[in-house]
Amino acid sequence: MSAVMITRKVRKWEKLPGKNTFCCDGRVMMARQKGVFYLTLFLIVGTCSLFFAFECPYLAVHLSPTIPVFAVLLFLFVIAMLLRTSFSDPGVLPRALPEEASFIEMEIEAANGNVPAGQRPPPRIRNVQINNQIVKLKYCYTCKIFRPPRASHCSICDNCVDRFDHHCPWVGNCVGKRNYRYFYLFTMSLSLLTIYIFTFDIVHVVMRSVDNGFLNTLKETPGSVLEVLVCFFTLWSVVGLTGFHTYLISLNQTTNEDIKGSWSGKNRVQNPYSHKNILKNCCEVLCGPAYPSVLDRRGLMQEDSSASATSAAPPGSSMSSSNSMSSSTAPPTMHAVLCLQKTTAPLIPNEHTPEDVKPSLGASEQKSPSPKEQRPPTPKLPPLASPETDAEASITKDKTH
Amino acid sequence: MATEFHNLQELRHSASLANKVFIQRDYSEGTTCKFQTKFPSELESRIERTLFEDTVKTLNNYYAEAEKIGGQSYLEGCLACATAYLIFLCMETRYEKVLKKIGKYIQEQNEKIYAPRGLLITDPIERGMRVIEISIYEDRGSSGSSSGSSSVSGSTAR
Repeated sequence: MSAVMITRKVRKWEKLPGKNTFCCDGRVMMARQKGVFYLTLFLIVGTCSLFFAFECPYLAVHLSPTIPVFAVLLFLFVIAMLLRTSFSDPGVLPRALPEEASFIEMEIEAANGNVPAGQRPPPRIRNVQINNQIVKLKYCYTCKIFRPPRASHCSICDNCVDRFDHHCPWVGNCVGKRNYRYFYLFTMSLSLLTIYIFTFDIVHVVMRSVDNGFLNTLKETPGSVLEVLVCFFTLWSVVGLTGFHTYLISLNQTTNEDIKGSWSGKNRVQNPYSHKNILKNCCEVLCGPAYPSVLDRRGLMQEDSSASATSAAPPGSSMSSSNSMSSSTAPPTMHAVLCLQKTTAPLIPNEHTPEDVKPSLGASEQKSPSPKEQRPPTPKLPPLASPETDAEASITKDKTH
Repeated sequence: MATEFHNLQELRHSASLANKVFIQRDYSEGTTCKFQTKFPSELESRIERTLFEDTVKTLNNYYAEAEKIGGQSYLEGCLACATAYLIFLCMETRYEKVLKKIGKYIQEQNEKIYAPRGLLITDPIERGMRVIEISIYEDRGSSGSSSGSSSVSGSTAR
């Protein structure tokens, strides 16, 4: 029998869970609320435009032409860093696929043993030893993973982010492992730009006032007043923020850890990630390798509405451009299930899965995750190499449900 | 009872997925990417321990090379910063180069070692660098008990 395979070229970003918005066909990734980001952009571009319009002609002639040149370079750097921070993937961890989620569930069940009825099961925490310190890894119920150390779940973007620092509304994105250095360079260069504009505004007003008088100067260049006001208020916050982040970098801490007080206090664990050397810490954070994104946003998803399993190989050309060797060699049924379920893993297992995604095979029922927190999944996947008694107990539990 | 598959194509056509094993990350040295070399018991009958450990150790070495903080990473970082990171639009980062090497290595390992034993390694980058997923296949043509044993828990078989 022939299967009708209707392949629609859908990119993976369209099916990613989480509350991000994507632009330029997956190249740009931001949070949902972008209003404050537009404000940031407007303030920077607006203030700099006023500077270039009012101050620069005068200063270029009366002081030096390098002043506006340097201002332009600094302005371009600030905008580049801002866009880089806002548009890049902060280090989002993809959610666990159903098999991985059920594997972890079974491990948890095995570790917990038999919980007496009516009692709350113990919290899902895994202890790991990092550089001779015990660090607790928490389980994320949304992403169904044990969060790696320093990762945290951002409720605004609804993603787990690696080395989560904070969610910044000013840049309209989370700040995490991949974009922290851009964020830091943004705040630092913005501080420099603000100080620069503020200083030369004052210089300009003073120089003009000497010639024309103060009130006349203000009438001639009203923009200066606006710039001075904006810069004055911006200065305190941005310079303060840069100083705070410089402090965090020197200690190799994140804002999240600092707020929670993870490494402060005598009785608490000392920061196991710090090299105890300011220079080394700075180098690691700012000059470390450029981590790649693990979200394959622009990869192509294969979507087929075939009515029956075929042994036809999936068209390799429509597969993701990344190294998807496993999907090209797995059996087509598994490939379809894995590929489609990879990015449509529902948050809560009982949530509706879009119709066009469900393969019509029985495989979908086998792979669908069981209700959250309740019991081990349908017994298509055998339990782990857990002690026999636990395996038997879990199967018995299965039968009683 | 290891079923023999001669190549990846045969694996695709004649085998069905029985189980998956997930090799977790080893965080003992910090947040650098490293996987545990502990041999999972599900693979005991399928592959030799040394082969498995070699694969994981080689992968760990590749990741360590990618994430190494040294002269080359500083140079790359400073150069990129000087160009406002625009250079990354044209140039491939060192990490991406190593990831390509890893992809090739995994493919080679699958073809030579794992597929003949009915196993398949998934590149960790496709699982968010959280786990190494090893899929265990059963020969579809084999007797009902061996392919059915995957659905019934191992406890009943013991």
